[in-house]
Amino acid sequence: MRLEMNLYGARAIYMYEMARTGRTLLQSIVSPVISTSLYFVVFGAAIGSRISYIEGVPYGAFIVPGLIMLMLLTQSVMNASFGIYFPRFVGTIYEILSAPVSAFEIVLGYVGAAATKSIVLGLIILATSELFVPVRIAHPAWMLTFLVLTALSFSLLGFILGLWADGFEKLQIVPLLIITPLTFLGGTFYSTSVLPQPWRTVTLFNPLVYLISGFRWSFFNIADVHVGISLAMTLLFLATCLAIVWWFFKTGYRLKN
Amino acid sequence: MTHAIAISHLSKTYGSGFQALKDVSLDIRHGEIFALLGPNGAGKTTLINVVCGIVIPSAGTVTVGGHDIVKDYRAARSLIGLVPQELTTDAFETPPATMRLSRGLFGKPANPAVIEKVLKELSLWDKRDSRIMTLSGGMKRRVLIAKALAHEPQILFLDEPSAGVDVALRKDMWQLVRALRASGVTIILTTHYIEEAEDMADRVGVINKGELIVVEEKAELMRKLGRKQLILELRERLDAMPAALAGHGLSLAADGMQLVYTYDTKGETTGITTLLDQVRNAGVRFKDLQTRQSSLEDIFVGLVRQR
Ligand SMILES: Nc1ncnc2c1ncn2[C@@H]1O[C@H](COP(=O)(O)OP(=O)(O)O)[C@@H](O)[C@H]1O
Ligand SMILES: [Mg+2]
Repeated sequence: MRLEMNLYGARAIYMYEMARTGRTLLQSIVSPVISTSLYFVVFGAAIGSRISYIEGVPYGAFIVPGLIMLMLLTQSVMNASFGIYFPRFVGTIYEILSAPVSAFEIVLGYVGAAATKSIVLGLIILATSELFVPVRIAHPAWMLTFLVLTALSFSLLGFILGLWADGFEKLQIVPLLIITPLTFLGGTFYSTSVLPQPWRTVTLFNPLVYLISGFRWSFFNIADVHVGISLAMTLLFLATCLAIVWWFFKTGYRLKN
Repeated sequence: MTHAIAISHLSKTYGSGFQALKDVSLDIRHGEIFALLGPNGAGKTTLINVVCGIVIPSAGTVTVGGHDIVKDYRAARSLIGLVPQELTTDAFETPPATMRLSRGLFGKPANPAVIEKVLKELSLWDKRDSRIMTLSGGMKRRVLIAKALAHEPQILFLDEPSAGVDVALRKDMWQLVRALRASGVTIILTTHYIEEAEDMADRVGVINKGELIVVEEKAELMRKLGRKQLILELRERLDAMPAALAGHGLSLAADGMQLVYTYDTKGETTGITTLLDQVRNAGVRFKDLQTRQSSLEDIFVGLVRQR
């Protein structure tokens, strides 16, 4: 087999998707920033006045990594799922299917674009947070690593959702009914160590606990689970998503008759 | 020399169990205009979609420019431009933006000069800043053609190009198709209009119910298809053909109440005047006459029988 790649193809999809974001700037950037600000007002002011510190970190700052994760996950899934679902829905997918692009290049274009948006959004939210609370980042390189890996994994998950969904309801229900609860139950606004048993053990089955914990560690050097485990779980999740996408394209599932 | 496209024993059964293509074998020559003629549901779109990689074949092989469409899909697909049957376009983009996507997808570096040339050829240059959703149906069809041509394909598929298209676009389109052919592009179009196949094609393949019935040079096929029938409604029943009228290719029908004459509309002379004189001379009187063009269905039945 020859090792060849249609980078023009991947790039064309990427640029096209990025241009789509440009048109929906309000929806993809402004609205998450506003909701983050609201979280700060509500949680930071209302709860923060009662709980001042968690494990030595001011409560306002403590919730920053969780908030970024919450936005990162929902936006990645929504962006990536819509990006591939829409061409399927209106039929323009015919061109992607008939083009000399491999599954890898298609994923690179769509998931790359969705992840890029999420990463930019995550950084914007981080900057917004700075307006409310001083945030220090203990391990900036790790922070970026977790940011990128999470954006990629959940954009891939969104891509899978967009390939699988056969209606708009399913497209909206997954982020709403699965991602959001998992994030809230995954230690976004608290340390899972404060939970009583058996709930503490139950949270270990929530993959988002590992992401949020690892991400928070890169900020404050405190973690619910060891950072090595966080990283391993993130990579495992990424690999699982990749395998599912690979299988979709190999079999033509929901793409070709 | 290899063919532009070589289709061998191709079959397609959809997930529903419906067999849309039955053991189709067909070679498309380099630089020809090939028309795939058949009624709705014959399997034309399915055949095109298999060649383009949109539908997975159940059996058989296809090569495009000598490249297998499965094993060597990149090389095969790079050669092809597809204008689909359905008007499926982006909504929010401009024509040049969607063309840039097409060109990139097919592995070509950006080239504004090519985009501009194609837009001008399709009278879309004035619309270059308009969002596609604001364009009329005819203009959207032009955008689809522009997308297919954006990567300068060597083979162009036009699936039902004249469906829902106005006269101006049809004229432009046929002009463009001829110009493309002159520059060496191979063109495959599907249609259910005999006239369209006749106007455009070098060769015609007739497909019905998933079976490729016949593939012929256009002139030869039109000779077969271009038959009409003249029907004379008689005043009195004829029990047998009068001797004076034998040997004219006439036949009796409707229990002797009709005389039927089959003639070739493409012939130098149809022989109708002579025939009518002879009918009168033979003392046969008729009260009415009508002519009938064989329908596509009749033709299929006829072609199947001829095989
Ligand atoms: N995805 C599909 N699943 C099941 N049957 C299909 C599908 N697509 C087309 N068909 C059937 O296959 C037959 C051929 O369709 P098509 O290739 O579109 O014909 P044509 O283009 O000649 O009108 C039709 O009977 C159609 O209903
Ligand atoms: Mg069709």
